[in-house]
Parts: sequence; C-alpha cells; structure tokens
Amino acid sequence: MVLVLAIGDLHIPHRAPDLPAKFKSMLVPGKIQHIICTGNLCIKEVHDYLKSLCPSLHITRGEYDEDARYPETKTLTIGQFKLGLCHGHQVVPWGDLDSLAMLQRQLDVDILVSGHTHQFKAYKHEAGVVINPGSATGAYSSITYDVNPSFVLMDIDSLRVVVYVYELIDGEVKVDKIDFKKTATATTHSAH
Amino acid sequence: MISDAIEDEEKWLAEGIAGIQHNAFYMHRALDSNNLREALKYSAQLLSELRTSRLSPHKYYDLYMRAFDELRRLEMFFKDEDKHGCSVVDLYELVQHAGNILPRLYLLCTVGSVYIKSKEAPAKDVLKDLVEMCRGVQHPLRGLFLRSYLAQVSRDKLPDIGSEYEGDGDTVNDAVEFVLQNFAEMNKLWVRMQHQGPIMVKDKLEKERNELRDLVGKNLHVLSQIEGVDLEMYKDTVLPRVLEQVVNCKDELAQYYLMDCIIQVFPDEYHLQTLEILLGACPQLQPTVDVKTVLSQLMERLSNYAASSPEVLPEFLHVEAFTKLSSAIGKVIAAQVDMPIVGAITLYVSLLTFTLRVHPDRLDYVDQVLGACVKKLSGKAKLEDSKATKQVVALLSAPLEKYSDIVTALTLSNYPRVMDHLDNGTNKIMAMVIIQSIMKNNTRVSTAEKVEVLFELIKGLIKDLDGTPMHELDEEDFKEEQNSVARLIHMLYNDDPEEMLKIICTVRKHIMTGGSTRLPFTVPPLVFSALQLVRRLQGQDGDVAGEEDPATPKKIFQLLNQTIESLSSVPSPELALRLYLQCAEAANDCDVEPVAYEFFTQAFVLYEEEVADSKAQVTAIHLIIGTLQKMNVFGVENRDTLTHKATGYSAKLLKKPDQCRAVYACSHLFWVDDQDGIKDGERVLLCLKRSLRIANAAQQMANVTRGSSGPVTLFVEILNKYLYFFEKGNPQVTSAAIQGLVELIRTEMQNDTRTTDPASDAFFASTLRYIEFQKQKGGAMGEKYDPIK
Repeated sequence: MVLVLAIGDLHIPHRAPDLPAKFKSMLVPGKIQHIICTGNLCIKEVHDYLKSLCPSLHITRGEYDEDARYPETKTLTIGQFKLGLCHGHQVVPWGDLDSLAMLQRQLDVDILVSGHTHQFKAYKHEAGVVINPGSATGAYSSITYDVNPSFVLMDIDSLRVVVYVYELIDGEVKVDKIDFKKTATATTHSAH
Repeated sequence: MISDAIEDEEKWLAEGIAGIQHNAFYMHRALDSNNLREALKYSAQLLSELRTSRLSPHKYYDLYMRAFDELRRLEMFFKDEDKHGCSVVDLYELVQHAGNILPRLYLLCTVGSVYIKSKEAPAKDVLKDLVEMCRGVQHPLRGLFLRSYLAQVSRDKLPDIGSEYEGDGDTVNDAVEFVLQNFAEMNKLWVRMQHQGPIMVKDKLEKERNELRDLVGKNLHVLSQIEGVDLEMYKDTVLPRVLEQVVNCKDELAQYYLMDCIIQVFPDEYHLQTLEILLGACPQLQPTVDVKTVLSQLMERLSNYAASSPEVLPEFLHVEAFTKLSSAIGKVIAAQVDMPIVGAITLYVSLLTFTLRVHPDRLDYVDQVLGACVKKLSGKAKLEDSKATKQVVALLSAPLEKYSDIVTALTLSNYPRVMDHLDNGTNKIMAMVIIQSIMKNNTRVSTAEKVEVLFELIKGLIKDLDGTPMHELDEEDFKEEQNSVARLIHMLYNDDPEEMLKIICTVRKHIMTGGSTRLPFTVPPLVFSALQLVRRLQGQDGDVAGEEDPATPKKIFQLLNQTIESLSSVPSPELALRLYLQCAEAANDCDVEPVAYEFFTQAFVLYEEEVADSKAQVTAIHLIIGTLQKMNVFGVENRDTLTHKATGYSAKLLKKPDQCRAVYACSHLFWVDDQDGIKDGERVLLCLKRSLRIANAAQQMANVTRGSSGPVTLFVEILNKYLYFFEKGNPQVTSAAIQGLVELIRTEMQNDTRTTDPASDAFFASTLRYIEFQKQKGGAMGEKYDPIK
C-alpha cells in the first residue's frame, strides 16, 4: 500500500497566505511515500515545505511558479499504475474533460493528475482516470467560484487505487472516497 | 606564592583545630567531674583559638563550628545548676573574668542564653546587655562571627508575641530592637572589611566579603520570622531602620546585597504597601550599585504576586504601584547620569513586563512606558549598541506576545515612535516580528485606518528607508521579507465592500513607494485581493443607495489597470500579461465589454512588444487562447479582432510544432460548447486544416534536416481534435475526413525512413482503441463512428 499525495494550486503568496491550519496538522512527514504536485506553489518556501513532508516530490510547472525549471508534464510509475502529471493551463479549453482525455492518451497513463481549475474532480473515462485535487488553499480562481480548500490522497495497492478527497467546508474537514480498479486492458470504478 | 599561602592557611587551621580538640578534651573531663572552674578555664583556652587573624573566612568558619559544638555542651552544663552549684546570675558575672575579650564574650553569650531561659531576668535586659557588650570586638571577621553566634543562641528566646518570653515590659518591640541593633553593628563590621588591614587584591577581598554576607543577611531573615512584626511595624520601624543602615553605609557590595535580601525575605504584600519607602531609597544608593537589577527583581516578585493572587489586583491600583515604580525608575535614570542606554531600556522592559502582567487592560500605562522610552531615546542618534537594540526589540515584542491581537498593539501611540529609533536593520527585523505575530494568530486587520498604522510600522520592509543602500541586502532575505509582506496583504480584510476598497487603496498607496524591486512581490496579492472584492460586488445587484461614493467593479478595474501598469517599471511583462488576463475574465463576469476589451488589448500589447523568449511566448499565447475561449461578453466585431490576433500570433511562433499546437488550440475559439452562438464549424475546420499543413511542413523539414521524418505525434494530436469536434456535432468534420487522417498516419508510420517512436505509437494505438470503444457504445455515437475503420 503506497500513499500518494496529490496537491496543487496553492498560489502562496499571490492569492493565499498559507495552507489552512487544519490541513497543516494533518500533513505530517513520514506518512506519505510520494507527492505529486500540479503546480502554482508559487515560491521556494512552499517547495521546501512539501519536500519536508516527503522527499519523493514531483512537480509540474504552473503559469505563476517562481521556478521556471519545473517540466510541463511528468510521468511516473507507482506499483502497477502509470501516473501522468500536468498543471492544465496548457490544455484548452480549460477543464474540458475530453481534451484532458486526449492528454491522457498522449502520455499513455492510467491516472492523469491535473489542476488549474481549483475544482476537485475525479472521474473515469475510456482511457483511464482523471483527478483534479483542487486548490489546497482555496485560492481565488477566475474559472471556479466558491473554491473550498482541498487535496487528494491516493492509496495504491496492486491493481486498486482508493482516492480520498479532503475538503475544508465551513471550517470542517470532510472526507470522501472513490475506488478505481485496473484490469489488464482498462480501468473500472465504483464510487462510494 | 599563592599556593604557599594556602598551604600556610591549612597549617594554621590544623593548628587551631588541634588546639580546640586539646582543650576540649580537658573541658569534657572537667564537665564530667562537675568542676566549674576547670571547665571555664579550658573553655576559655579553647575559645582563644578564635582570636586568630590568619585565616580566611572560609577556614575561620570551620574553626568556629567546632567551637560552636563545644559551647553547646558547655551550655547544657551551665543549665544544670545542681551540677556546678552556681546560680546563673553569679555565673553571668563569673565568666566575665576571662582573660581575653573574645572568649569572655562567647562565654557571656552562652550564659546569657541560659539566663534568659531561666527567666530570672527579663529577656530584653539580657539581650540588650549582650548586644552592647559585643561592641568590644571591632575586628570585622571575629566580630561578625561573634555576633552571628549571639544571633544564633538568641533566636528562640526573643520576646515575640505568643512566646514564653513575652511579658510586662518585654515586648516584640524589644525583640525587634535587639535584632536591628545586631544587624546594624554586623553591617558596619562587614563594610569595614573593605578598608581593613594589609592591602589585598580587590577580587580576593570581594570574594571574602561575599562569603560572609549571609551572616549579615540572616538578621533580616530573623526579622521576617518574628510573628509580631506586622505590616505596621514593618512600615514604621523595621524597614526605615534597615534602609537607613543600607543607605548610610555607602558601600556598594552591602547595598546591593541587602536591597536584594529585603526584597526576597519580606512578603510581597508588605512590599506593595511600602513601595514608596523602598523606592525612595534607590536613588540614594551608590551610583555603582546595579539598581536596575534590584528594581527588576522587585517588579518580578510583584508580577508573580499579582499573577498568583488575582484578588490583590485592586490593591495594586489603590497603592498606585505603577505610578510609583514608573517615577522611581525615572528618578534612578536621572540620578545615574552615566548609566548606559542599555541599562535604561532594560529597566523599561522590566516595567513593561510588570505592567503587562499586572495591568494588561491598562493600555494607557503600556503606552506611558513606551513614551518614557521614546523620551530617553530622543535627541540621540539611532541606536548602535546591539545590546540596547536587543532590549528595544524585547520591549516592542512584549505587547505583541501579550495581546495576540495585533490591533491592540497598533493603538499604542508611542509604539511607532520607539520603532523610529531603531537602526534600519533592526527596524526590519521588528517589522518581520510584527508580521509573524499577525500570521501566527490569524489576525484580521479590518479597517483602512489600522492598515495605515500597520504599514507605517513596517515601512522598513515596504520601501527603502534613508541610508540603506540596496546592494547590502541579501537576496534570499529580501525575497523572504517581500513574500511575508505579500502574505500579510491577505490578512487585511473587511466584509463591508466600502471599507475593503479603502483598505485596498491604502495598501496600494504604500506598495507603490516600494520601487521596482518590490512591486513583483506586492502587486499580485493586491490584484487578487481586489479581484475577490469585484466578485463579491458582482453578487450585489443594483446601486447601493445612500452611499456617496460606492465601491463599484468599474472603479476597481480602473485601480487594477493603474496598478498592473506599474509593473512596466520593473519590467515584468509576463506577470503583467497574466494579471491583465485575470482582470479580463473578471470584467467578462461583470459584463463590462469595453473594460474586458481594454484588458485584452493591454495583454496583446505586452505579448507583441515585451515577451521575446520563445518558450514564454508559447505559454503566453496558450493563456491568451484559454482566456479568450471563455469570454462571452464580446460582440462579434471585438471577438473577431481578438481571435484573429490570437490565431495570427499562434501561426508566427518560432518552432513549427509550437505553431501547430497553438493553431489547433485556436480551433476552440470558434466552438464554445455551453452557449449558443459561437459554433462556427467552418472556421474550426479551417484551423484544423491549417494546423495539419503546419504539421506536414514540420515533417518535411525534419526529412530535409535530419534525413528522417519526425514522430507522428502532431498528426495524432490533430486527429484527436478532429474526433473532439466530430463528437460535438460539427457538420464540417466528417467521418471521411477522419478516415483520411487515420490513413495518413498509418502511411507515415510505415514509412521506411521513419525513426520509431514508442510514445507516438502508443498514442496512436490508444486513439484507435478509443474509436473502437465509441463504436461499441452503440446508439447515436456508435452510428457516428461506424464508418471509420
């Protein structure tokens, strides 16, 4: 069982001062094996903070990131799953599911993690699963109104991944989970 | 040389001890045979060892203790009149025949103890006699130990209230009088050591004197233990007499120790009630005495007292503790002209700590302390002494820690004035402390007025203060500072839009003074703060009645335009471009077409003139396309102009693959799914065909330059786009066209000269899989896809 934190669009300090206190107390070092970050941190301090939670940190470039050296896309394999990472401002129309599906096919991954819209999404289509962890700080977005802070924790266990989404709604952390199974040729899912 | 002296001392001590033991042996024999005469003779000889001048206090103590033990046995013998047959009155007279004064007096004190116990004479008479007789020994060391002995044996025989020795004429006053006198004499002896005999090294002298100080201090202890010494007696008799002695002895060591002793030994309740008297002594002390530590100790004790018994707090106010302490400190600082600045400030820090603990609600007191500090600092140049600076930082940090709501600290009028006296570096450190306090406590600063005060306080971070050359700053530190200011901006908030706009304007005013190095950090948070306000105002319909100058989105957009414009001085074209696009989207949501158009214009101008780096251009053009795609406020003409520009620039990107991708992205500009109106199938197809032509050209170029055709990825991407519009129902995108494209790709892939690329192969494969999948779906979709093989 491998725990992967998917997080992004923090926009510190442009749009938010810091992670919500309740999230900070939940994210402790040593519990997570990988962090995949969609981008828009934006400053080195946030990078260092994430690195302190887990040394295996993968980031793609958001359009406001201070460090221009992050790659546009990234792929990695965890257990039986191939994961793809991309911030999402490169995929027009923004947030369009079919266009994201095309990127997924292009990267040839089972799970595509992408952000930019600041809205949590987790859905399955023919080519695989697309996950948007939303904005961990609830930062302003021109695309989405009323953003709640959110992040995603994936529990990858051989051919099964359980996606936990943590959302801060009215000061309380609410958790939801979705199951995805991968078969030899395609993934199926069941939502809880 | 010194080791010789120590060796000698050891020898003398050994000799003294041997002498005592020798005489003790015979004394014991005499005691056992009830021989008073002999006992007296040997005890006197024994005590003669204490007549030595050759020992240091530490060693003399050793000798003294042995003698003490022997005297206890002697006392027991004296008590038992049957044994020696001599009445205590006679005994008292008898011992005075001893040859030398020191043994004589030790014996007298011992008999005196028995005398008092026998109650044959009033305690006060005996005590008075003894304390005066001891005057006979004026040698400091010997005198001190003698009187210490007197104090020890008389301890339980004082005519205290409720003691058995109280009686007519024998009152607690007498007890107090006795102890005070003994104390006064001991202090005089102790001070005299400073000037005695052979010239000793100052350090050694001080050390020796320190070893003896508890002998003197013990008397104060005894006084504090006397039951009959109530507040009134303490106030009227004890304290004034003790202080008189302290002041008059004019000895630095004694004064410091005794003041400290008084504070530690007597109850806090007494100190509170006698503050004026106690504090009155302070300016009269020698200038070299560390008065500030004394006062700090006092204030600390009183603070703890207040903290442990809150019911006493009204008493503090009643006796005007704060005022008295405050003026005492003022007097001390005025009296000690040579006190370095760090000393004065340390005193104020102690006073502030006291105030915050005892009267936290009295902000006027806190402000007063700060004001006194300002007065002390004014007229001088900025602080350079690092210790003093540290103390000032402690002074300023204390209210922040106490009142976790920074807003309280902001109301202290003297706070900024104190900060002004710090050097620039420390000023910035203090500003960071303030910001961190706000962040830690999650405080919201909610009025423009308070924001104004706050930004005045942190002005060292906001702009260059006079005299700071920019190159001195470490880049990392500078970034950290500015990022802190950026985070701070998000803590400035008010629900009321009017007030919020005022806050935004205040912040803007300040950050504009920051110069081109700071704007890239401070402008974005301000912009987003303003955009959030716009969004809130969007929700409100209609004009706000009754407001003369209502906050409107239009006004805010004007502000935003001017603010983003300032980034040109940095210059930061990429950042400005992004911010303009954000504003355009907001203007779109507010339905103000001209404003949105203006923002797009600005963005395009920056793209044309300032964004030169090809990679940056690719990102920028995609942002423009993505933003434009979501715009629904534009009329046909405006939209056409903008889309034309966007597609034009897309085609002019440097690298062919980039051109290709940007152009097919533009296809989405002509087809917006969620709204009627923009579904121009023809122009979509035109875009796709154009991007296909570019992809072809790219292939040919690769052929020519590298001798092999490049990967077919671009073609597969375009194929996917065809599928996208096919599914959306664009009539111009036919299944035949798709079929043609599939064939094209297959041909390209079978081309001999092609370098195999697993990525594009996999991409094509999964695309084909998708087509199959759609076919299997059946229904309308399945039918659509059926013709494609």
